[in-house]
Amino acid sequence: MNAPADPSTLADPLVVAGRPYRSRLLVGTGKYRDFAQTREAVVASGAQIVTVAIRRTNLGQDANAPSLLDALPASEFTYLPNSAGCYTADEAVRTLKLARELLDGHALTKLEVLGDSNTLFPNVRETLKAAERLVADGFQVMVYTSDDPIAARELEQIGCVAIMPLASLIGSGMGILNPWNLRLIIEQSKVPVLVDAGVGTASDAAIAMELGCSGVLMNTAIALAHDPVRMARAMRLAVEAGRDAFLAGRMPRKLYAASPSSPTSGLIS
Amino acid sequence: MSLTLTVNGAVTRLDPAPATVAELVRALDLEGKRIAVERNGEIVPKGRYASTGVGPDDRFEIVAAVGGG
Repeated sequence: MNAPADPSTLADPLVVAGRPYRSRLLVGTGKYRDFAQTREAVVASGAQIVTVAIRRTNLGQDANAPSLLDALPASEFTYLPNSAGCYTADEAVRTLKLARELLDGHALTKLEVLGDSNTLFPNVRETLKAAERLVADGFQVMVYTSDDPIAARELEQIGCVAIMPLASLIGSGMGILNPWNLRLIIEQSKVPVLVDAGVGTASDAAIAMELGCSGVLMNTAIALAHDPVRMARAMRLAVEAGRDAFLAGRMPRKLYAASPSSPTSGLIS
Repeated sequence: MSLTLTVNGAVTRLDPAPATVAELVRALDLEGKRIAVERNGEIVPKGRYASTGVGPDDRFEIVAAVGGG
């Protein structure tokens, strides 16, 4: 279903840290009504990589209460624990080490260090510090960052396995605000570039893929749609369509220069 | 005999006193759950729950995976 496919059957896999994935859509698991809706939306999206957050466990709760990882088992999905809510490199490294322990040594991780609780904009300086420590400790770091091409380059040089610039603010649904910077980052990067944050609807995801992104990561766009499962399906199609359009090589833009699609000879008179 | 610890930010009195992290996890009904444990700022690997002692005024953080983006 959503489990990692046999690499030899994948025509155009997303390769992250040497591992191929059929789906170029990665999804978060937050903001859903319940685990059932989370699962239904994630399955409809076709996503194989799902992000999870790390938080204090509820004590004194029913020991048999289902957990998120029960609804999205490791046999079907690849987990991407994040350091959401962390504002310093220390906090992020501490959180992601706990995540790795929780997931039995799973090395793939999403680094996110915030600089402002209102805008949730990343603190790039702390992100760089955390990335260095995590990479040195053997993590495979997919890093959320600003769309600053120099920061992206430095994160790649540190050894992050994927660069994930924001399209716009987390949870804002404002879409891709600076396709130009995104394009610069894509052109300079040897590791996958995935848009993370700010996607609002299907066309945003398609545009990201048409620009040449390797993938798109989103959460709110699906979870807060009026019909999350339907939007998850739309996003799946949008990422595929955008990828196909990118690989097909678009026609050139001709500003103010029209050219008819039908013959100009043989007209009746 | 009881023991007072801080678990997830809350001062907790446990009676009987857990001697090891394994006993603490059991006492909190977390045995077999997918969690990670930090004792006084250091991660206690799952394989060392039974061999890691618990002392008075220890601070524990016990975390799990939850929904997030």
